[in-house]
Amino acid sequence: MTSAELTRRIGFATAPPAALAWLCVLIFAGVVTFAKTSLPWLQIYPASGVIPLADWVNAAIDALVSVVEPVTRGIALLLEWPMLGLRDLLQWTPWPIALLAVALLAFHAAGLRLALLCGVALVYIALAGFWHQAMNTMALVGIAVPLSLTIGLAAGIWAQRTKIGAGIVPPTLDMMQTMPTFAYLIPLLVLFGFGPVVGLIASAIYACPPMVRNVRLGLTRVPSEIAEAARISGSSRYQQLFWVELPAAMAQIKVGINQTIMAALSMVIIASVIGGFDDIGWEVLSTMRKARFGESLLSGAVIVILAVVMDRISAAYAGRGRAQVGTTAKSWQLSPWTWATAGLVAFCLLLKALGLDLAIDGPAWAHEFAAWINTQLDGFVASSGQLLTDLKNAAFYYYLLPIRIGFSQAILPFTWGFTFTAEMQWGYWIALVLLTGLLILRGRWRSGGALMVAGYLLFFGLTALPWAVFFAWALLLAWQLGGCRLLLFVGGALAFILVTGMWERAMLSLYLCGAAVAMSFVLGASLGVWAAASGRVSAVLRPIADTFQTIPLFVFLIPVLMFFQVGEFTALLAIIAYAFVPALRYTENGLRQVSPQLIEVAVEQGCTKSQIFWQVKLPLAMPAILVGLNQTILYGFAMLVIAALVGTTGLGQQIFLALGAADTGLGLTAGLSMALLAMIADRMLQAIARQRFEGMQ
Amino acid sequence: MADSGDITLACAQLWKVFGEGDLAGGLGASGAEAAALADSLRAEGHIVGCCDIDIEIKRGEFFVLMGLSGSGKSTLLRCLSRLTEPTAGRLTLDGEDFLNAGPKALMDIRRRKMGMVFQHFGLFPHMTVLDNVAFPLKVQGVGNGERENRARQMVSLVGLEGREAAYPHQLSGGQKQRVGIARSLAVDPEIWFLDEPFSALDPLIRWQMQSELLRLQNLFHKTVVFVTHDFIEAVRLADRIAIMKDGRVVQIGTPEDIVLNPADAYVSEFVKEAPRTKIIKVSQLMEPVEGDDAAEQGLDPGMTLEDALTWSAERGGTLSVTDTAGRTIGRIVPERLSAALSGARLD
Ligand SMILES: Nc1ncnc2c1ncn2[C@@H]1O[C@H](COP(=O)(O)OP(=O)(O)O)[C@@H](O)[C@H]1O
Ligand SMILES: [Mg+2]
Repeated sequence: MTSAELTRRIGFATAPPAALAWLCVLIFAGVVTFAKTSLPWLQIYPASGVIPLADWVNAAIDALVSVVEPVTRGIALLLEWPMLGLRDLLQWTPWPIALLAVALLAFHAAGLRLALLCGVALVYIALAGFWHQAMNTMALVGIAVPLSLTIGLAAGIWAQRTKIGAGIVPPTLDMMQTMPTFAYLIPLLVLFGFGPVVGLIASAIYACPPMVRNVRLGLTRVPSEIAEAARISGSSRYQQLFWVELPAAMAQIKVGINQTIMAALSMVIIASVIGGFDDIGWEVLSTMRKARFGESLLSGAVIVILAVVMDRISAAYAGRGRAQVGTTAKSWQLSPWTWATAGLVAFCLLLKALGLDLAIDGPAWAHEFAAWINTQLDGFVASSGQLLTDLKNAAFYYYLLPIRIGFSQAILPFTWGFTFTAEMQWGYWIALVLLTGLLILRGRWRSGGALMVAGYLLFFGLTALPWAVFFAWALLLAWQLGGCRLLLFVGGALAFILVTGMWERAMLSLYLCGAAVAMSFVLGASLGVWAAASGRVSAVLRPIADTFQTIPLFVFLIPVLMFFQVGEFTALLAIIAYAFVPALRYTENGLRQVSPQLIEVAVEQGCTKSQIFWQVKLPLAMPAILVGLNQTILYGFAMLVIAALVGTTGLGQQIFLALGAADTGLGLTAGLSMALLAMIADRMLQAIARQRFEGMQ
Repeated sequence: MADSGDITLACAQLWKVFGEGDLAGGLGASGAEAAALADSLRAEGHIVGCCDIDIEIKRGEFFVLMGLSGSGKSTLLRCLSRLTEPTAGRLTLDGEDFLNAGPKALMDIRRRKMGMVFQHFGLFPHMTVLDNVAFPLKVQGVGNGERENRARQMVSLVGLEGREAAYPHQLSGGQKQRVGIARSLAVDPEIWFLDEPFSALDPLIRWQMQSELLRLQNLFHKTVVFVTHDFIEAVRLADRIAIMKDGRVVQIGTPEDIVLNPADAYVSEFVKEAPRTKIIKVSQLMEPVEGDDAAEQGLDPGMTLEDALTWSAERGGTLSVTDTAGRTIGRIVPERLSAALSGARLD
């Protein structure tokens, strides 16, 4: 081996600045670790450096509230009025009539199969005795959705039409979609006062980003010639927009409507933690708190049903072909649907007039069924409790704890069965250094650096890591991936978390989310690979994944809580159950979309199946898989907040506490910290995608 | 044919520069100076769509803008209709300053005076054929019944009776463009803009549509601004052609002028592929002589080169040209005919 070859192999010739920078940072990490006593402020951020931002925000909000309170209370009243009206109407409507109306709508949207599905689903809601609660939820959704669609439409048009809008709207949307859901509620609570209207407003705001995005996308995609054809005909701006461009963009806008409806339902359910409206989310939450899981399951199923019914019907309308989109108003007026609807209303009035009370309270056997589930569950937990506990402990001691506090503290005789002696620790470090050296000698300095960082991390644990070390790693990584801009963003975001005193909480959140995302991704990607390879597996997994995506996050807590009680392991499972879906979808789609010609080329050249997979398909699908990972992380953060309900520490817990105390300052700083963590992950992955896959797609 | 002197649409020193920055002040240059200015603007990273354009379009004239793709034809057309705002220059419509028209006046002018046909049809996907054609009338506020009548009339004019209720995606390319034409004529506009209307069609359909267009033009005598990159098409349709290159007009003239006297190598490239014998007319080749009564019938001045060749093949020697009154107005030597055929310059 010549010396030139040696330097090439070591990789100094290819990327010396980054490699040297990593070396410096690792040395810095060593120094900080060994100078524990002389440089304590590099270990733990000193309390004296914390800015009381939360207090300032609270003071500002208090001042604001005293000024705007009459206005906000007025708005609250204004919204409460139609909401209560709709609620009363829905409650008044006999359930068979509502059922028929929904079935009719489903039939109009997609035919008999969907109509039957919806009919059966609604019968379940009535028989299980949750009609009342379900209708309350629908009253909230029914007002929130039109509100959200209107806001979304206006903002979408504004963003597409004006420079100012194009500058303001997209970053706001980014922020809104990463901001934890509970964090929305707090300032709204303070501004609008406790009550269901807050849930309504929160849903309307939370649900509008998909509408904004799709309106904007749809308008942008309207061919310029179509807009010009309208202009040259002498259309006014109003005519051009409402007669031509919006209708031409309708297919895309309908996708937005579907997504907005689902988001509104999800937020209405989440907002039920405020209480006071006796809706279905509240039912789930309160029975879960009382550990009456039978009732939780039955009412959770109602949420799933509402979600699926609303999704299928609106998606059917959105997915229709253009020919049907153009059905003119005239033919609609003459259609049997008008008559059917009119007949239905008349029938309903007649029944009511005859004094028939069609209210349904759920027969006694529904309660018995719930009780039976409870007994069965108790029995199961009693008989296999040891197994469940073992499972939980194993995951906790061998997976979660090392990430959280590192091998140095997690390895204890009563959990791992031995002491992590000084010799072993020396052995660990020597092995780590040797392996890293070997990798670097083989020219793979990136892998070497990554191994060293991972080894360091697992030794000390994420929460026990000196903040300065983490900060330095993140900055260097950001610089390497995205240059100065990303470095500034990451630096600013981490500095915010640090100086607002959220660092420790943030690390706790990061640890749990990281652990969950890693497992979600491994699970989802493996399933995705499997589904891409087999049509039958795909046919089974696809509808499951679709349904999982429509279910409001809340529901995922029920089954895990049933078996594993409150704790981090439960939160871990809930996050995995929710966040593995995008990894699965993107991996499968990415693999399936690899051009068959390229695979033919590989077959032609005599590649084996595994070579084709590893050398051709996987690299080509990588950009899509990376997007899947990105989505998985965002889903993980979203669920992390909800998981605070089942007892996690960290930012989610802070937000939840702030919600209880209506502490806007704490809620916003903790919420913002979480949003910033999610955004850091998002930007870094996007930077990787740009760097690695530029020009591939 | 054009009624000379009656100018409908004209522009002078018209510029369109895409991109950032305020340039309107510094675009007064013309001629060779303008070319240099355009080059320096390009070097600074601006996109020069149109550069110092002077055009006068007469009432009832079929005016064609021709050039390679990217030469600025569409940009010029859009400036003339103010779909794009010119960066600098003057634009007059019926003798009045068109650039001065405010939004309301512009809307009004478009409603009454302008129609446009697009390369990719520009049909509204959510409307039926009938609704598409009726759209300009709806914008004007024409009542339901009258609107439908007029739209049906237009649909049958372009030969699409029976397809009124179809949606654009149910039509073939040729049918779509017929709808586009019907829509653009629905309000009986004075000026008819067509931006490569037949470029997306198959050659055979294109030929049919050109014939159709000529039929309609003979019916309505609109002022037409027609964009194409196909020189043969231009020659077939145009009263006058403006040939564009890099945002500049390099030559304006009748098809015969251009075929006989291409201004530069760029124009010659197009002219090469043109069917010269079908374009060049006897009147352009002859040497004029004092009119005296001819001894025998000579060539007709409107005859094409092709016909003249057939005619002369039977005679030989110097040919005389006679007008309808039977007087000799010119003479052509056969060498000149063959020179015209081979593409040599004729001055
Ligand atoms: N909206 C625009 N923004 C920037 N550049 C444009 C725009 N429209 C056209 N151009 C540029 O102007 C030049 C002329 O384009 P165009 O008029 O469409 O050419 P043609 O119609 O002759 O093919 C091209 O270089 C084109 O890229
Ligand atoms: Mg063009």
